Amino acid sequence: MLNAVSFQALPPDWPGGFWWHWLVFTIIILAFVVGMVMAFIYTERRAMARMQARLGPNRTGPFGVLQPVADAIKVLLKEDIIPNKADKLVYWLAPAVAFTPALMIFAVIPFQNGALLADLNIGILYVAAVSSVTAVGIFMAGWSSSNKYSLLGAMRDVAVVVSYEVPLVLSIASVVLIAGSLSLNQIVVSQTIPFILLQPLGFIIFFLAGSAEINRSPFDLLEADSEIVAGFHTEYSGMKFAMFYLVEYAEALALSCIITTLFLGGWRGPFLPPWLWFVIKVMAVFFLMVWVRTTLPRVRIDQLMALAWKVLFPLALLNLLFTAIQVLAIPMAMSWLMIVINFALAVILITLWARLFKVGWGRVEV
Amino acid sequence: MALKTEPFAVNIGPAHPSTHGVFRMRATLDGEVIVDLEPVFGYLHRGVEKLAEERTYTGFIPLTDRLDYLSSMANNLGYCLAVEKLAGITVPERAMYLRVILAELQRIASHLIAVGAFLNDAGAFMTPILYMIREREKILDLLEMVSGQRLTYNFMRIGGLSQDVPEEFLPALKKFVDEMPRWIEEYEQLLKENEILIARAKGVGILTKETAINIGASGPVLRASGVKWDIRKADPYSGYDRFEFDIPTGETGDSYDRYRVRVEEMRQSVRIIKQAMEQLPAGPVRAQVPHLIRPPAGETYTHIEVPKGELGFYLVSDNSIAPYRLHIRAPSLINLTALREMVLGWKIADAILIFGSIDICMGEVDR
Amino acid sequence: MTVVLSGTEIAGKLREKFPESIIDAKPQFILVKPESLLEIATFLKDAPEYKFNYLTSVTAVDYYDYFEAVYHLTSIDHNHSLVLKTRCAREKPVLPSVVRLWQAADLQEREIYDLLGITFEGHPNLKRIVLWEGFQGHPLRKDYLA
Repeated sequence: MLNAVSFQALPPDWPGGFWWHWLVFTIIILAFVVGMVMAFIYTERRAMARMQARLGPNRTGPFGVLQPVADAIKVLLKEDIIPNKADKLVYWLAPAVAFTPALMIFAVIPFQNGALLADLNIGILYVAAVSSVTAVGIFMAGWSSSNKYSLLGAMRDVAVVVSYEVPLVLSIASVVLIAGSLSLNQIVVSQTIPFILLQPLGFIIFFLAGSAEINRSPFDLLEADSEIVAGFHTEYSGMKFAMFYLVEYAEALALSCIITTLFLGGWRGPFLPPWLWFVIKVMAVFFLMVWVRTTLPRVRIDQLMALAWKVLFPLALLNLLFTAIQVLAIPMAMSWLMIVINFALAVILITLWARLFKVGWGRVEV
Repeated sequence: MALKTEPFAVNIGPAHPSTHGVFRMRATLDGEVIVDLEPVFGYLHRGVEKLAEERTYTGFIPLTDRLDYLSSMANNLGYCLAVEKLAGITVPERAMYLRVILAELQRIASHLIAVGAFLNDAGAFMTPILYMIREREKILDLLEMVSGQRLTYNFMRIGGLSQDVPEEFLPALKKFVDEMPRWIEEYEQLLKENEILIARAKGVGILTKETAINIGASGPVLRASGVKWDIRKADPYSGYDRFEFDIPTGETGDSYDRYRVRVEEMRQSVRIIKQAMEQLPAGPVRAQVPHLIRPPAGETYTHIEVPKGELGFYLVSDNSIAPYRLHIRAPSLINLTALREMVLGWKIADAILIFGSIDICMGEVDR
Repeated sequence: MTVVLSGTEIAGKLREKFPESIIDAKPQFILVKPESLLEIATFLKDAPEYKFNYLTSVTAVDYYDYFEAVYHLTSIDHNHSLVLKTRCAREKPVLPSVVRLWQAADLQEREIYDLLGITFEGHPNLKRIVLWEGFQGHPLRKDYLA
């Protein structure tokens, strides 16, 4: 009842015609991405600092809110150094190739019912497809830098992205089974119960696989400061480095938005306007990511691979199987039964896998 | 058809965020696996042993601070004990107990950094090391109360300490010692059973017992390999035989054991400090020694247990105001002998972790 | 307490096994000839009543006419220690290396070579360690004025 007014769907070419719709939403998306990325940078630095028993930035602007602006200005004013032996064209293109897909994902994310740039009926498939192209950009960066460390970082990245696509897409498939549609707007509309309750295992798998895809801790061995200096963006400085930095946070934003849409109910919620609920949920998911980053140490590359193939992939398959069985057997009216079954399944499967599988092998004979 | 690959050489260091100082490792990699490793150092060589021949005995004490700059009190203690043994000076009781308290406080501070840096190398992004630095700040406050310095104290003198501790020191020390076990519990809770840390560090970089003895390892590196050898018990100095404490040992000698041994040693240090505080007598803190000490001709080798291992001073005197020859047996240098063996077959990420678990300080390695 | 074994006693036993190899024996140390250093060291390491399996330190001193290398040996099992010395002439500073017995000598002998110029025969990797490769001279010698 309360939601009836806000849940009215916006017409597909609001406000008036195809091109106006495109222009308004492009501006909205750009403003959203830039604004939220700045908010993310600020949140990360403050939250991480408070968890580490220190204060974090609090000088630039009230409560340090202008810190990301200061960072951006600093980075833009730096000298643009290009290594001599770098492959110039590839080196120059790499940041653009990495950033564009991250931005393209936002075209299908609903801020309100019907408020998205393009309500594709293959929405989530488009997201999965486009997000892999970032890996190409990162590999281009590592390859063209003519630096062994960068190459190592780029190689690791390609391996990780390819491996983690599989559990990612499988957990998306489970959600799609329950929602009955690939379109992101439809998925949110059909979430009378947030899917995190119906798919706890799917949420965990998606969160871990997504964190690995965007190279965040505990899977951030691509930019591991203590190992390969800065990985694939060691040789970048100035504006190009700013682009990579932006890519990292834009991807984190994209992942948070997708998790919110798929599992937490997108823009649904009482009392407040829907887009505000969306922003709140996105911030909550990002806070979870920051929390995980501050707490856990980093896994090694072979352990990362083992985690993807030995743990997440079978779990995602089993999750899909059991979800399919439940969708067929249990009618939608008894969805509380699904909640109970799914939680029990999550607990059993995770405990079983933790006992059975050893992550990572040991020493190689030389 | 097998893919043709060839190993390539990578330089880790000298200016690297994780190599504990200026240390360079030339690693030959086959993919991610290390097939050869050559450590290169000497970037911090200051010629301390040659400088000793031109300084007076007392004038050399500040240089001992800068050997292992993270445990200066312990270095001071070793050198002063060496000169006192050669010159036949007896140290008053109060000075002996205070020296033990300061050395054990220094041990806790050094181990906090060692464990924190180890966890930082494992990738826990600064959180553990920042918590441990918070505790270390309390220790540095105590030591600043005593000597006026935070890092290189130059506090011990030949014959005792340079001055007595102020009145606020003992109550503040009591407060610290009562709180410290709780902090150690807090660190343990988060990381002792952590899956990722265990997967990274257990079984990685194993140093067997025979190899450890053969390469002359000492300190936590030796004890983690299963050898119960601690100079404080085997060859007690400065009154250590009056205190009761255990010597934690490991079983397998992997990086995880070295980390656990250091944490347990911190607990034992707190125990020793408590006992020393109870038994602390009153009295002078410095024996009567002349300004320019001239020990009789002779030589001595004195060793003590510093946080990093066994620090030894081989001192040859020819009855003049400066030593004829001073050789410093640095534990970090000798512990490094086995680095190549421990690292072969592992990946770069492990090499950094193993190197961090040995815990060296470049000031000592290069002198 | 680590018992510091008396050099004169041990020298008495060693003279029976290795005649002609001990130059001098005081309570603080045993001075042996460089040619017999390796056999005496092997005996001290393997004999069950001594078992000096831990080489605490290797160092060398410049005494103007000769160089003297000092070996501090410790036995972890029996908890006793001994000091072994050997000399070589300044014009021909060559000594045998004990790396095959105790790998602890590896980096320490390299340092002695670097700073004092004594060559150790049998050392697998005798390069400069704390100074850079092109450095001329050996700084710890008494005639090197810094």
